[in-house]
Amino acid sequence: MAIQQKSAPASTAARAIDLFAEKDNGGGYAEELRSKHPFPTEKVLPLYRQMLLMRRFEERAGQEYRKGKIKGFCHLYIGQEAVAAGSIAALQSNDHIITAYRDHAHALARGLSAREVMAELFMKYTGGTKGKGGSMHLFNAKAGFFGGHGIVGGQIPLATGMAFASKYKGDDAVTLCYFGDAAFNQGVMHESANMASLWNLPVVYICENNLVGMGTLTTRSCAVTDLYRRTPEAYRITGIRCDGMDIEEMYAVTCEATELARKHGRPVFIEAITYRYRGHSMSDPATTYRTPDEVTNWERRDPLLKLQASHPSILTEAVIAKFEEEVKAEVEDAIQFSNDSELPPLSEIWTHVYVDCQGYPKADESMHPYEYEYKQ
Amino acid sequence: MATELKSMREALNRAIAEEMERDERVFLMGEEVGVYKGAYKVSEGLYERFGDKRVIDSPITEAGFVGLGIGAAQLDVRPVIEVMTFNFAILALDQIMNHAAKLRYMSAGQIRCPIVIRGPHGAGGALGTQHSQSLEQQYVHCPGLKVVVPSTPQDAYSLFKASVRDQDPVIFMESEKLYNFKAEVEFGEHMVAPLGVGDVKREGTDVTIVTYGRMLTHAVLPAVEQLESEGISVEVIDPRTLRPLDLDMILNSVRKTNRMVLVEESWPQASVGAWICEQVYAKAFDHLDAPIERVSHLDVPMPYAPNLEEEIIPSPATVVDAVKRVLYI
Repeated sequence: MAIQQKSAPASTAARAIDLFAEKDNGGGYAEELRSKHPFPTEKVLPLYRQMLLMRRFEERAGQEYRKGKIKGFCHLYIGQEAVAAGSIAALQSNDHIITAYRDHAHALARGLSAREVMAELFMKYTGGTKGKGGSMHLFNAKAGFFGGHGIVGGQIPLATGMAFASKYKGDDAVTLCYFGDAAFNQGVMHESANMASLWNLPVVYICENNLVGMGTLTTRSCAVTDLYRRTPEAYRITGIRCDGMDIEEMYAVTCEATELARKHGRPVFIEAITYRYRGHSMSDPATTYRTPDEVTNWERRDPLLKLQASHPSILTEAVIAKFEEEVKAEVEDAIQFSNDSELPPLSEIWTHVYVDCQGYPKADESMHPYEYEYKQ
Repeated sequence: MATELKSMREALNRAIAEEMERDERVFLMGEEVGVYKGAYKVSEGLYERFGDKRVIDSPITEAGFVGLGIGAAQLDVRPVIEVMTFNFAILALDQIMNHAAKLRYMSAGQIRCPIVIRGPHGAGGALGTQHSQSLEQQYVHCPGLKVVVPSTPQDAYSLFKASVRDQDPVIFMESEKLYNFKAEVEFGEHMVAPLGVGDVKREGTDVTIVTYGRMLTHAVLPAVEQLESEGISVEVIDPRTLRPLDLDMILNSVRKTNRMVLVEESWPQASVGAWICEQVYAKAFDHLDAPIERVSHLDVPMPYAPNLEEEIIPSPATVVDAVKRVLYI
């Protein structure tokens, strides 16, 4: 089927649909995979709850940001929950994930509690990275979550290297690398994909295509907007487009991708079509590049509604009401905890710069005012 | 212990091979390091000895393969990434400064990045503007990195081994023109030198020359010979590691001689030498009998013609002039 690249139509709502399932749903591959990797029934409840936690957490974080409790950059994941929740649910415990700065949900799904994430946003010492990372640099290396990165696309070579290390060491870990549609244009995407394919590295690149990069629609930044079609031609990497609002589809596609990576040693590219309901960050009111009807259109595809509609007998009104109560309590507890926690002590300025601190001067009274002592 | 006359190339080759032998987590990656035997033959023989799992020819993608090394280092392997020259590593500067240097800090200590990024830099002889830059200041500027600039085959051997074992990112900056330079080298585990410790290359009393890298042998030692014949006693301090800097060794020397000349191959504005001079002024001001003289690359891009190149980088003549100016003779 020939794909016609049309010039962008006037209405933003039309533009959004143009890119998605009505025109090119990825050839039905994702649909097939849903039967091959059916969503386990026992995951319905915990994953609904996880997505709900992500949703309510982000909403409250937005409110706390406006109160001045959270500063700097804060990029909310609202609307995209199914991508993180669905893909991470498909992982083994020794697999690794790495993402960009829209990372709160990935953190919650892979190794950090609501308390640790909120406290980090609140710049407190009890945060997951001791108040030194912030919203964009959440990490839990032990749980396999390698951040939290602020340079668009910068994590892509790192992920490729992690896959290289897994292969080098002979463990069967797979690395999932998340990034956005605009990051796909970065040079390092192409450098990394080329090496991953050349060297058969177990990396799964997951492009969270929310159709816009900050304020620039994908149609205005990508010469070829069907990102999943670019990888087979350019790198011999299987490309799978899927519905990123559908956690069951996200799960199925990731199961297949991790199997290809783990058992067959091939990298895979997943293009998850999704949508962020809010702006790029808390500084972006999202009025310059989209219309309200576009957002409403996407809210009809909401991941929570979708999962509920798929399992109405499990996710009853009563069950959901109970989850709402629990999640609200969990998030309020996280906020209380964060409000009660201390800021990092000044001594933390000098820690974690180096592992081996020998060779640097030791502090003493005769030191110049701007002298220092690095501590491990 | 016996010493052997070896070139810097041979000393490095042996250091890399020994570290790869000692620790199977160590691998070498870069352009032409394997089948081609290395653009400057530093890795000759390693591919045949260790195979393509551990000596990897990369595509021409500096940001990609340097970043790959940095990412891998997070997972307990020990990458040695060769950049064909540090002029090309500029393409990888995002990965080095924004990632390698920051991973430990922004993760509050959860991650370490024990990578060595090595290769030559500086004037290579008629290589022109884009292939002749001395670029240590980019890395010395950045907390989170360590920077080593060996000036002799012994230093290259001893410090390379230490750099691989170091648990932080080390930028190991060699010089094309030094690869053929031969000097006595003592090999062995006992010769591993610590980072952050300089070397008194020559003792003296009238003036301290601080220098590092190729300028030691290209400009300073020949100048010292001439000066000694005129009765001037020169002390030469080679910090060897630029970050962390062995400032104490430099200060002790300046307290003894009261005069200092700094000789560097890089451009003068905001160079590492400028930082070293500032530190000496701050901490040994009362010991100085004259302002510090600095001999740097002239503040221009490097042209092709070798006669211009000779004039542009420090030479024995310009070092002699600088010493005489600082001695007021």
